[in-house]
Amino acid sequence: MAAHSAVLSASKIINPFWGGRLGNTVKVFGTTLTSHRNKTLLTPPPAKYGGRHTVTLIPGDGIGPELLNHVREVFRFSCVPVDFEVVHVNSALETEDDINNAITAIRRNGVALKGNIETKHTMAPSVKSRNNLLRTSLDLYANVMHCQSLPGVQTRHKNIDIMIIRENTEGEYSSLEHESVSGVVESLKIITRNNSLRIADYAFRLAREKGRRRVTAVHKANIMKLGDGLFLQCCREVASGYPDITFDSMIVDNTTMQLVSKPQQFDVMVMPNLYGNVVSNVCAGLVGGPGLVPGANYGRDYAVFETATRNTGKSIADRNIANPTAMLLAGCMMLDHLKLYDHASSIRNAVLTTMNENRLQTADIGGQGTTSEVVQSVMRIIQSKGQLTADL
Amino acid sequence: MSVTMAAALRGSLVTLVKGLGGPRWQQLASRPLSVSAGLCSAEAPPARADATFKVTMVPGDGVGPELMTAVKEVFKAGDVPVEFEEFHLSEVQNMASEDKLEQVLTSMKNNKVAMKGKIHTPMEFKGELASYEMRLRRKLDLFANVVHVNSLQGYSTRHNNLDLVIIREQTEGEYSSLEHESVTGVIECLKIITREKSRRIAKFAFDYATKKGRSKVTAVHKANIMKLGDGLFLQSCAEVAQLYPKIKYENIIIDNCCMQLVQNPYQFDVLVMPNLYGNIIDNLAAGLVGGAGVVPGESYSAEYAVFETGARHPFAQAVGRNIANPTAMLLSAANMLKHLNLEYHSHMVSDAVKRVIKQGKVRTRDLGGYSTTGDFVHAVVENLRHRPVY
Repeated sequence: MAAHSAVLSASKIINPFWGGRLGNTVKVFGTTLTSHRNKTLLTPPPAKYGGRHTVTLIPGDGIGPELLNHVREVFRFSCVPVDFEVVHVNSALETEDDINNAITAIRRNGVALKGNIETKHTMAPSVKSRNNLLRTSLDLYANVMHCQSLPGVQTRHKNIDIMIIRENTEGEYSSLEHESVSGVVESLKIITRNNSLRIADYAFRLAREKGRRRVTAVHKANIMKLGDGLFLQCCREVASGYPDITFDSMIVDNTTMQLVSKPQQFDVMVMPNLYGNVVSNVCAGLVGGPGLVPGANYGRDYAVFETATRNTGKSIADRNIANPTAMLLAGCMMLDHLKLYDHASSIRNAVLTTMNENRLQTADIGGQGTTSEVVQSVMRIIQSKGQLTADL
Repeated sequence: MSVTMAAALRGSLVTLVKGLGGPRWQQLASRPLSVSAGLCSAEAPPARADATFKVTMVPGDGVGPELMTAVKEVFKAGDVPVEFEEFHLSEVQNMASEDKLEQVLTSMKNNKVAMKGKIHTPMEFKGELASYEMRLRRKLDLFANVVHVNSLQGYSTRHNNLDLVIIREQTEGEYSSLEHESVTGVIECLKIITREKSRRIAKFAFDYATKKGRSKVTAVHKANIMKLGDGLFLQSCAEVAQLYPKIKYENIIIDNCCMQLVQNPYQFDVLVMPNLYGNIIDNLAAGLVGGAGVVPGESYSAEYAVFETGARHPFAQAVGRNIANPTAMLLSAANMLKHLNLEYHSHMVSDAVKRVIKQGKVRTRDLGGYSTTGDFVHAVVENLRHRPVY
């Protein structure tokens, strides 16, 4: 709500100079307004009846559908009490009915597991990114990614353990752009005090909960003095309430350089949206690639789980070579969120055992296995631990 | 120490989040963060290496024990991997006490699934306004009662091919057990309707409709008379309906609903309503397809599921006479097997029962035949052996 009022006040200043371009911008503002208006819909009680949860599943594009099918198979095999409500979103359509359908389904169930929905560059600029729409409508303000070196994966750096908390709804991803003068495009990056405080608070609370010692804010406040300056100031304010956790800040260029030379120095990192995108992809690369790391998007009332680097993977779709680890671990994070800790740890252990001990790995981390082989191995390990399972 | 602290922290955060519609925009990020698995050890062990499911069984009063015997016989004949933990809780037979109730509750909480007969509530006021059955429901928070009314193939009634679902809020409303005599000769009976519970049952109804592919949910009420009470119920249903654009939402007053049910029941799909109306409509709908011996029902809370008959009557007149119809309890047992993910056994039992009814040779008295309960169970067991291979 603060964002939209800030934007409106900005529009009042810039208005006189726009003239003919007013139409496009009003449409853009209009969509921002409606996304905030949706907040007045009620937050329903959790969808858990008779011990079974209902979770929304959005297959997405590329490797999403096949990996989510594998997740469903593993869940069915381990008798996880979760029912999936599948909602398809067609990225080729220009209307927003599909994604609004998906958003309503997530509002109903509270939790979702999704693949990435493709955003084609060739479509008109008014067609917004579906993933972004989902995140802003549900106000999933924190994207959390935990990068850990896995013993079975060969990487250049070892002993990495970084938690990245990325602001997920504003910053450069506000989808506010306009062409004030022909050939001159202004792209608005929005930083608000409310959202910065919120994400900083989340980061510190998570750090304290997980017993972490240090939080690093990543910024570029030497250049964007007001924008990233506000972000940094908010982080400092929140840090003063957590004296047991060390707080420091680092400029994003230095951060990326340090990440590729000495990544072990980082503990928890918090940052605005675009730096988060860059840093999380770098960290995913450091620990072995996009197929290994799960990510979670948390809001106040909803949680959506997906792979951390949000790749569509169109070039490897339907070839049975994609790495199912990220999606399976995202499923485990979802089970943890639903408080089904035993199921979560059994599946997680099975996945990690397959990767580390059995050395059955897919091509992206240098192995020879196919997706189905890895999934079969996971299911066999779950069965061998003596848990209640369905038929193989 | 840290475990309890973590649990307390989690608990307080959960209550914060579940807070009854407080100023949401002021609650910055109060969603409980996922506490790492190492900190929470107090979860029930899920591993069942021998693959036998434990189910709590409370036979109850009247014909309850006979029906439960029927279920056990059929399960034994069908090799169903279910083990029953029996508890004889009964108010009229003086087998009820706080300890007994506690035992039943503990067993339920461990097994999470139960089968029960009707625990009869005596008419006389013996000092306790809430019956044992009500207290059981409240303690386990079994807020939703689902009765799926299906016409039986082979037994025709005035309305055939009926397929109706009745969802009833089970913990508040007129059954709040709050009555008092403020002035001699003047009794006040409190009917409690809360926003939270109305929303919860409405959401359950719509979620059920979504999951089973139903197209319409009708709320039944008397809001023209109880403007605030049933008005709140209606308002909650309408709010929840906004989240389900694909499902049609309607409402109907209880008197009109009863009349429509006996004239044209096909216009209804899923019905949702507060406690007392639910009681009436359950029994009415059961009567439409063949009576209390034919319709199964289940009660759900967030964690537990209890399977019983749809229309709950002890039928004390039939005790010892071997005439009760076990269909309802057997179909409910099949539903329970489905809930436990034993699809094959579930189909086996329900198909056998339906085949016996369809063949029409063995029918108990309430369906117009002369067979005894034992005959019927025997016929079902026979039909179990002819089960199709899946």
